[in-house]
Amino acid sequence: MTLALVLEQLLNGVQFGLMLFLMSAGLTLVFGVMGLINLAHGSLYMIGAFLCAAVAGMTGNFWLGLMAGIAAAAAAGALIEIVVIRRLYTRDHLDQVLATFALILILSEGVRMIFGPFPLYLNVPDVLRGTVRLGIVDYSLYRLALIGFGLAVAVGLWALIAKTRLGIQIRAGESDREMIAALGVNIRALYTIVFALGAALAGLAGALVGAIQSVQVGMGEPVLILAFVVIVIGGIGSIKGAMVGALLVGVIDTMGRFLLPRLFATFMDTSQAMGVGAALASMLIYLLMALVLIFRPKGLFPAHG
Amino acid sequence: MDSTRKEWLLNALLAGALFAVPLWAWMASEPFIITLATRIAILAIAGVGLNIALGLGGMVSFGHALYLGIGGYVAGIAAYHAFSGTTVLGLSGTNQMLPIWAMAMALSGLIAGIVGALSLRTSGIFFIMITLAFAQMGFFFTLSWPAYGGEDGLPIFVRNQFPGLNTARPWELFIIAYGVLLAVLGLFAMLRAARFGAALMAIRQNPDRAAAIGISPFGVKLVAFILSGMITGLAGAMMADLTRFVSPAMMAWTMSGELIVIIILGGVGRLFGPVAGAAILVGFEVFFGGLTEHWKLWLGLVLLAVVLFARGGLIGLIAGRAQNG
Amino acid sequence: MKTLRTTALAALTVGAMVSTAQAETVTVGMITTLSGGGAGLGVDVRDGFQLALEMAGEHSIRLVVEDDAQRPELAVQIAERMIQSERADILTGIIWSNLAMAVVPSTVAQDIFYISPNAGPSALAGANCHPNYFNAAWQNDMLHEAAGQHANVLGYENTFIMAPNYPAGTDALTGFKRYYEGELAGELFTQVGQTDYAAEIAEIRASGADSVFIFLPGGMGISFMRQYEQSGVDLPIVSAGFSFDQDVLPAMGSAALGVINTSQWSPDLDNAANEAFVSAFQQAYDRLPSLYASQGFDTANLILSALSSADISDSDAFRDALRAADFASVRGDFSFASNHHPVQTVYVREVVEVDGVLTNRIIGTAFEEHRDVHGENCNM
Repeated sequence: MTLALVLEQLLNGVQFGLMLFLMSAGLTLVFGVMGLINLAHGSLYMIGAFLCAAVAGMTGNFWLGLMAGIAAAAAAGALIEIVVIRRLYTRDHLDQVLATFALILILSEGVRMIFGPFPLYLNVPDVLRGTVRLGIVDYSLYRLALIGFGLAVAVGLWALIAKTRLGIQIRAGESDREMIAALGVNIRALYTIVFALGAALAGLAGALVGAIQSVQVGMGEPVLILAFVVIVIGGIGSIKGAMVGALLVGVIDTMGRFLLPRLFATFMDTSQAMGVGAALASMLIYLLMALVLIFRPKGLFPAHG
Repeated sequence: MDSTRKEWLLNALLAGALFAVPLWAWMASEPFIITLATRIAILAIAGVGLNIALGLGGMVSFGHALYLGIGGYVAGIAAYHAFSGTTVLGLSGTNQMLPIWAMAMALSGLIAGIVGALSLRTSGIFFIMITLAFAQMGFFFTLSWPAYGGEDGLPIFVRNQFPGLNTARPWELFIIAYGVLLAVLGLFAMLRAARFGAALMAIRQNPDRAAAIGISPFGVKLVAFILSGMITGLAGAMMADLTRFVSPAMMAWTMSGELIVIIILGGVGRLFGPVAGAAILVGFEVFFGGLTEHWKLWLGLVLLAVVLFARGGLIGLIAGRAQNG
Repeated sequence: MKTLRTTALAALTVGAMVSTAQAETVTVGMITTLSGGGAGLGVDVRDGFQLALEMAGEHSIRLVVEDDAQRPELAVQIAERMIQSERADILTGIIWSNLAMAVVPSTVAQDIFYISPNAGPSALAGANCHPNYFNAAWQNDMLHEAAGQHANVLGYENTFIMAPNYPAGTDALTGFKRYYEGELAGELFTQVGQTDYAAEIAEIRASGADSVFIFLPGGMGISFMRQYEQSGVDLPIVSAGFSFDQDVLPAMGSAALGVINTSQWSPDLDNAANEAFVSAFQQAYDRLPSLYASQGFDTANLILSALSSADISDSDAFRDALRAADFASVRGDFSFASNHHPVQTVYVREVVEVDGVLTNRIIGTAFEEHRDVHGENCNM
């Protein structure tokens, strides 16, 4: 085990974590502002990836595809909010879970009807092909770009919430819903905008990840569950919590899969250690989440209120 | 006709139909219909289990597939060791359903006790998510633990035995499932009518007042959660024998979602809600699955309509609002 | 599924209206993967199978096709429905070994025939072999054994080997190691259906290997090769044909060029049955056939050959007719070993580009009349 290998795995963990952050940010915003659990968030990730692959395939231009993916996810998010989600804000969590579970079924089958059962493929844009040398590590340029994208979005989101009028309304909505109504803010429009913003972030993540994996129906669900783990660890409603949670989950998951089998191999038969280590590694983040909830029932960075 | 009488009539109708249809299928030699009815009965048993936690106690567990899977793996592992004549932790396997059921319930109850004791410290969305997290741990554990098939699942080559009946015959297997379903429905009705049920419902409606009159919310809820897990675990053991196959998919989060869907489609907290819900779900899959590849789209639309506009589920729609909802 | 069923039936009613010897209709249930990352394999097996029925002008076979979505529990349910409700006489179609292990033992135990067009797990070739189970493709180890053999020929001495964690994956690595004589730079099991291989590629880079052997069928292989190309690791890859056939080559693109792989079939294989198959397939579906399509085609022709000489209601006669394998296989010489698995030649191929389309070309032979090693554990 060399230092270069450890560093490369760490970078992989950070890249994974930042993609999870894009997913979690929308999820946690929607919960923080509207108090809504949205299981269909993974479907928006899928929509972003499919539209990006379809448009990039037609035009041959990845960046056009990326724009289309983000726009489609945002539009789908706004539409869903207006038609369905709006009716759920006053309902209990059980109804929200069920209604958005129903949306997963509808959106997955809808995408399958339109695009067919085969995975689509999306090529990495030419400028981001190949590798770069980072000190002692050769690292895929595209994965490095994903890290850059993740960080840029995090900074942008922070600026949006801290510096803009919309941000003030969002923060007000998180702490006191009646107050923003009294301030004359159009709550309905604000909610639709926040939901569409979250959807756009999910769509962006889907499109970016789609270029190195296959774009297929159901791709959003494993990521959705991980995003929930992230926001529960970080504290539901907190963007800062989502960032910390996402990096924790990304790095712990990647390093666990990398190191645990090696750890067990020091005192066990190698092939047995592979099995036990892999089993434990895949449970690690859920264990972390349960521990956090047991000792800090509202997550690491509880949102106010 | 008042709504209580309507509900009883509907319940009798459901119980009668669930028996009559496979009886006809048995006489007409249509084994597949009997298999479907058995699946409905077993899913309904799992639903009754969840209904104790969710319907009576208001605990939205998004991880009940865990107990289904535990039950399933107990049946699979016991049969595996009985078949190969090996032992596990010093115990030999068995191919008898009754001891398997007892083990499945004991183990599910134990795990439900641990999960419940930790999860009940939280509430609301955190409770939903922590129950999900525990189920995911089970899912990934079975997925990557190679000893019992891991990802591939574990086939049960010969269905486990029940004294006096031949479980290889679909009709006799159905009789077993139907009998167990009636028994757990009876248990649910007794529980709801007893002081324990009243306390549980009082806690759900107003925990502070319940505490003020001397009911410990934590203890009562924990007992309900354990009972709930045990019954779902029993259903899991039976499910494994029906399909002769156990796989991590039994613990997947979508399975937890389906169990909740069963209860909602039928009617939350209703005695026969899980039966109606399981019948709708299986019927939907078979009927619309035969008509269109995209039946899940229609299932989603129906589910959405039920959540938005018909919160009492099928039974609520026909019999009106529940008395003690 | 209704749509598929009607297409299949419509396809069967087309063709010459010759009166056949059998009045009775035989029902063949096909459980295969038509959605998700593994859909390409199932679609090709189905299309190859249907093409064989069409070319034979056969309408005494009722073909019922259902999608298992690569989920074992779903495959078990479908098998039950096909046996109990559709009253299938023969089941076929399963792509994945873990699904085959879930379905085949209970199916053959109910006196139903199962003819595998793809999966050949070692358990079913050895101790759990069964008179009603036939494999018309290969035993899982075969092509990997050939890859191991050819790695020696290429002079590789330190190979990194990797496969998904399921029965066919274990068989793949075991098969490769059975003939490979060099050292192993590393050995990894990945998750089935895994889409991100960053961690594995990092391990390969750090391992000091001189070559890589992978077994990653369907979408897994595509994801891996695309990420491998981006990683800058440029060790040569040797593999069995599963991961580099017509179903995945278009999506892999240039990443796959020059990869050496082993297979019992290739589109350029020189025999009359294969020429007819390749051109008919291209005409019918407007794409090149894959290894999987050739196996679906052979499976259908095997069944047809047996039906023409025996009645399915007489299981013993039908079984003998299957065992005779009296049909023109597109892979050339073909016969069954005593465990009902093929004895056949395994070729070495290279991925090349012909008229802008990626395809395979035969460059050598790894084994002739090769049979699997598990047959000796089969008492039948």
